Amino acid sequence: MTRTTLYGWGRTTPSVANLANPDSESAVGEQLATGAALIARGLGRSYGDAAQLSGGLVLSNLALDEMGAINEQGVVQLGAGVSIDQLLHVSIPQGWFVPVTPGTRQVTVAGAIAADVHGKNHHRDGSFAQHVLEMRLVTPSGTHTVSPTKDAPLFWATAGGMGLTGFLTSATIQMLPIETDKVLVDTERFADLDGVMAAMKERDHLYKYSVAWVDCMTRGAHMGRAILTRASHATASDLDQVTLKAPKPTKLFVPFDAPSGLLNALSVRAFNELWFRSAPKLQENEAQELPTFFHPLDGVRDWNRLYGKRGFVQYQFCVPEDAHETIVKAIARLSSSGVASFLAVLKRFGPASPGLLSFPMPGWTLALDLPVGPRDLPGVLDDLDDLVLEANGRIYFAKDARLAPEKVRAMYPRLDEFLEVKSRVDPRHQMASDLARRLQLVGK
Amino acid sequence: MDNAFGQPQNVVVLGGSSDIARAITKKLCAARAHTVVLAGRSQELLDVAAAEAQEYGATKTDTVLFDAEDPTNAKRTVSEAFEKVGDQVDLVVVAIGLLGDQLEMEDDTEAVTSMVMVNFAWPVVALAEVRRRLVAQGSGRILVISSVASVRVRRSMYLYSGTKAGLDRLCDGLADSLEGTGVSLHLVRPGVVRSRMTQGQLERVPFTTGVNEVAENVMRGLAKGDRVIWSPPVLRYVFAVLRHLPAPLWRKIMDGGLTR
Repeated sequence: MTRTTLYGWGRTTPSVANLANPDSESAVGEQLATGAALIARGLGRSYGDAAQLSGGLVLSNLALDEMGAINEQGVVQLGAGVSIDQLLHVSIPQGWFVPVTPGTRQVTVAGAIAADVHGKNHHRDGSFAQHVLEMRLVTPSGTHTVSPTKDAPLFWATAGGMGLTGFLTSATIQMLPIETDKVLVDTERFADLDGVMAAMKERDHLYKYSVAWVDCMTRGAHMGRAILTRASHATASDLDQVTLKAPKPTKLFVPFDAPSGLLNALSVRAFNELWFRSAPKLQENEAQELPTFFHPLDGVRDWNRLYGKRGFVQYQFCVPEDAHETIVKAIARLSSSGVASFLAVLKRFGPASPGLLSFPMPGWTLALDLPVGPRDLPGVLDDLDDLVLEANGRIYFAKDARLAPEKVRAMYPRLDEFLEVKSRVDPRHQMASDLARRLQLVGK
Repeated sequence: MDNAFGQPQNVVVLGGSSDIARAITKKLCAARAHTVVLAGRSQELLDVAAAEAQEYGATKTDTVLFDAEDPTNAKRTVSEAFEKVGDQVDLVVVAIGLLGDQLEMEDDTEAVTSMVMVNFAWPVVALAEVRRRLVAQGSGRILVISSVASVRVRRSMYLYSGTKAGLDRLCDGLADSLEGTGVSLHLVRPGVVRSRMTQGQLERVPFTTGVNEVAENVMRGLAKGDRVIWSPPVLRYVFAVLRHLPAPLWRKIMDGGLTR
C-alpha cells in the first residue's frame, strides 16, 4: 500500500490516498474489513474526481485482469480490471465486438459499469450495463452476485453508481457478433445546428452508430456547424477483402505537459476550422477500421497533457427529447462567451437504462472539452447547469469536476432510491469518493 | 472538496473578522463555500462576519474564540475549528496580524512581545497543527496572508515587517515540505490595503488597494494555484527591484518621506 497522488483524466483536482492493488476477491474483502473509507479505481479515465478519495483507501482493480473464453453465444466472463482494449485484442479476431464502447478503449469493464458508459449506438442499444448479464460485487456487508433478475435493485444501483455500492470483481458480458473489422461510414457536413439536429432526428434510426461533431466557437449564421458521421458494421458481402484484425497499439504519445494556454480560444478556433473544412460535404459507405471510427482519442497516448498543468474539464449534459432548444441555447451561450471549446460531441440518446444514477435519458447529449483558465468559465458552466436543470436534464458524473451539490438531487431524482440500496449493503457509507463528497451524494 | 476551478466548499478562517479575511470569505461563499468556521478574538465581530458569509451563500457557519497573543492556545483553536466543520477542510485561511505604531512600540518590550506572538508565534504554531491535519486528509490548501512589507524589512515598521518576514520565509519552506502530500500553501503578499488595521496610517502610499481587490486577486491566485499571490500583481515586479536597491537608496525611498 503506497500513498499516491491521484488525478482524474482532466488533471484538475489531485488528492493523496493510500493505493492498494488487490489481486483476488478475498484480498478486496480484507481491505474492506479494515473499515477505511474506500473507492475502486480502474484506468483513471473519469475526467473529474470519481476514482479518488483523499486520505482514504483507493483499490485499483487492474490486477483483476482474468479473461474467460468467449462462448458460442458471445458470452464472456471478465475480471473487473480487464480493459476494453485488452478485450478487443482477443475478441475481434474471433468475430466479436463490445456491445457498447466509449470514445476510448482504455477503460476497465468495472469502470464502464460504474459510469454506465454509452457509445455511438446508444439510440439503439442503450448503455453498457444493459449488456451485462451478471456481476460480482464485494460490499461492506459481503459478496453479492447480482444480475437484472437476481437482486435487481443492487444491480441497477451499481450500474451507474460510480463505485459507491461496492467493489466490482468480475462481470459477464454479452458480446456483439461481427463479420469484419470495418464499419461503413456516411459523413455529412452541415452549415448550422438546426440542419444537423433535423438530420439526426429523421434518420439516426437507420444506422447502428451515429454522432456529430459541433463547432461551438463560430457565431452568427454558422453557429453550431457540424459534421455528422453515421455507420453500421460492414458485413462480409460488403467488402472485397474480409479481415478481423485486433487494434494496433498506440505509438504516438505526449512526452511532457504542454504549457498552459497552448490550447486557447485562438488555437482551438483554428483547429475547429481545419477540422470542419477537411471533412467531406457528403461521403457515403466509406469503409473505416473499427479503432478509427470508435476510438479516435486513442490515436495519441496521454493527450490530456496537451492541456498543460492546469488541466481541463469536460462538460457533458443530456436533456429530454423536447428540450432541443436547450442544446441551441447552450451552444449560443458558449460561442458568445468566447471560452475555448474543442469540437463538441452531439448525440441522440435512446431509452434510459434502469440504472438509478445512470446518466443517459431519451433525448440529446452534448459533451465539450474546455481548458481551465478563462476567468468566466466557472460562471458560464454554472449558467449552463441552470439551463440544463430547467429542461429537466442532467450532468454526467463521470465527467464532472465542478457541479454545485445543491443541483444534484433535481438532476438525479432517483438518488434516494439509490441511497436506500446503498445503505442496505453499506450501512456505514464506507464506500466514498472525492466526487461523492463534493456532490454530497453520500453521508459524511 | 475543491473543484476543478479551485473553489473550496469547507473553509476555516483564522483571524476571520479581519477586513481582508471577510472580503475573501464573501467571495469564497459566492463561489462554492458552504461551510465556514471563523476564528477570532471578538465574538461580536465574528458574528457579523458569519452573518455576512451566510448572506453570500454559506449554509453552515460557526465561530471559535481565541487570543492570538498566546500561542499555547493555537492547537486547541485549530482543532476546534476543524471539528466544527465536521468534514474534510478544503481551505484554511490564516489572516492574523498586528500593525501597531513602530515608534511607540520599539522600546516597549511588552509591545514587542505582542508583535512577535501575534504576527509570528501564533500563526506558526497554528500552521503546524493545520499542516498535520491536512496532510492526514490528503488534500486541502492553506492561504497565509503575509505582506509585501515582509519582502524587505524597513526601518519605519521593522517590527511588523520583520515578524511578517519571519512568517513569510518560514511558509516558503513549509510549502516545499508539502510537495506530494496533496496539500499546498499559498502566500498572499498585499501592498498597503485600506482597512481598519491601517486606518490613519500609511496614507498616500503607491499601489494602495481596497480589501475587495485583494480578495479578487486571491481568488484568481487560488484558481491558478499560484504559490505567491501579489496584490496588486504589479508589486511582484516593483519589489523585484526594490529588494535589491542599495541600502542608502532603500532607506531614502521607503523611510525618507517619499512614501509617507
